[in-house]
Amino acid sequence: MNPLAGLDAHLVVSRGDEFTLDIRLRVPRGKTVALLGPNGAGKSTVVAALAGLLPLEQGHIALDGRTLDDPDDGVLVPAEERGVGVVFQDYVLFPHLTVVDNVAFGLRSRNVKRGPSTAEAKRWLERFGIADLAGRKPGDLSGGQAQRVALARALITDPDLLLLDEPLAALDATTRVDLRRTLTDHLAQFSGPRMVITHDPTEAFLLADEIHVIENGAITQVGTPDDIRLRPRTPYIADLAGSNLFIGTAHEGTVTVGDHQISVADRHIDGPVLAAVNPRAIVISLAEPGGSSRNSWNTRVERIEHYGDRVRLQTGAPLPLTAEITPAALDDLRIAEGSPVWVSIKATEISVERD
Amino acid sequence: MTSKSTSPRRRQQPPIALVILAVAGIAVFIVPLIGLLARTPWRDLPALLTSDVVVDALRISFIASIGATAISAVLGVPLAWLLARVEFPGRSIVRGLVVLPLVLPPVVGGAALLFALGRRGIIGGPLHQMTGLVLPFSIWGVVIAATFVAMPFLVITVEGALRNLDPRFEGAAATLGAGRWTVLRRVTLPMIGPSLAAGLALAWARALGEFGATITFAGNLQGRTQTLPLAVFVALETDRGAAVALSLIMVVISLTVLIVLRERWWRPL
Repeated sequence: MNPLAGLDAHLVVSRGDEFTLDIRLRVPRGKTVALLGPNGAGKSTVVAALAGLLPLEQGHIALDGRTLDDPDDGVLVPAEERGVGVVFQDYVLFPHLTVVDNVAFGLRSRNVKRGPSTAEAKRWLERFGIADLAGRKPGDLSGGQAQRVALARALITDPDLLLLDEPLAALDATTRVDLRRTLTDHLAQFSGPRMVITHDPTEAFLLADEIHVIENGAITQVGTPDDIRLRPRTPYIADLAGSNLFIGTAHEGTVTVGDHQISVADRHIDGPVLAAVNPRAIVISLAEPGGSSRNSWNTRVERIEHYGDRVRLQTGAPLPLTAEITPAALDDLRIAEGSPVWVSIKATEISVERD
Repeated sequence: MTSKSTSPRRRQQPPIALVILAVAGIAVFIVPLIGLLARTPWRDLPALLTSDVVVDALRISFIASIGATAISAVLGVPLAWLLARVEFPGRSIVRGLVVLPLVLPPVVGGAALLFALGRRGIIGGPLHQMTGLVLPFSIWGVVIAATFVAMPFLVITVEGALRNLDPRFEGAAATLGAGRWTVLRRVTLPMIGPSLAAGLALAWARALGEFGATITFAGNLQGRTQTLPLAVFVALETDRGAAVALSLIMVVISLTVLIVLRERWWRPL
């Protein structure tokens, strides 16, 4: 592949005296990179800079080898000529236009005639399964419908880069689960580089091939979702990546993950699920635990990491987990990397949602 | 109307003193209208409405108020945009200047216009020498005086709407390939449409009722600068019937505008 294909950016923007954003990003074509960070970390500044709504102070933005912004060379391509498609947070659909006119907007702005624009917009609505919404106004759409309209509106202009700003944040919990899958499918229809900007680790883990963690204007860790989840490098990442997340199949209170089975409290959920366990809910012991915990197994400690007043343990097969204990508990257990331990989790500590 | 509140609270009686004052407040609006209707010479009305004075005044008022509204839109919308979207030194001073005609006695505004644009005014003088154009005591003077008092209504209404408009809509349009004009035409103006319409209506109504600045700057010449309010003023001294007829016309116009605008445009305000 052409080494210049995709997004190559070094963004430097300051906001007041306090805050400076300074990050480097590489997003190859066909890949989804998530920019994951807390509110105030500079995520919206990144969106604005890439979209052309905020000029850089230093650095550069290049897309498929074409420079979009370079203050040193005096290059600044305006937003309307960039070819950067954006699905904004809350979608920002034009409330005075119908769904089909919203989707056709990009073509109409490129002087495509009304007839062909509308026809193409209808094709996109059909592709996303929302052709019946063509005549509605955005105010009458559900969150999930609005998201698809926003995605169609961004993709119809065949952009060279797709930015999704908190794509699932505006949705309620059940819709989020439903839409994550369709969103993944729809993203696959776009062959260029994709960026998901989010504060939600689940969103990042499930949509992205690679995660860049942004904290206070700087990238603090880059890695695959598993890297980030299992080997967090800052307390913030340890916290947000905290949940142990499994994709499995539920049946009558048992979730099968790979060839391992765990018991969960919810006996009614059936089919593909996401199971999450908080690291603090995992009990580490030297002897086989008795009592009510049905999920327990013997394994080894693979890694021990200290984060101030807490300690994170990585445990090994059959189900690798991150557990969090106190330094005092670690001293009591007298374990080191490689020590054999028992892991146990109460069924009630495992949250399960339909995938 | 009972609310869905679960607590069985009794409806509170409003304080009686407040009700009396409020009714007196309503009377302030109603009594003059009753007075006007009581004195209307209904039988002579058709003749009065088609008299020269009335027809001339209607024509002048129509031209002047529409003209002032149009100028207010052409100059006022960009001004509102500038005030809402561009930070520049002295912005608050400019905003104060724009609002000034709202509180300035119109007669003072008319006098100021005369000193600036009169035949010996600082701009009117050179303008007369170069083009021979005389603004005061002409229909142009009427239009300018009406614009002076009417445009603030448009500017403050539109500026407020622009401030409330989430700039992300315009940003989204730009990322979709829309240049500045397309954004303005297809996103900004339609989205502030209700406020723009309300601003236009308010400006037009104010222009239609303009009296002080007009009589000071443009005079009171029937068929040239005499608007409906000026004609009413003159007719009160000479022909009461005509004054009532003219007043009635203005009441009907104002009410019509209110009724037409109420449902569609005034709600977002």
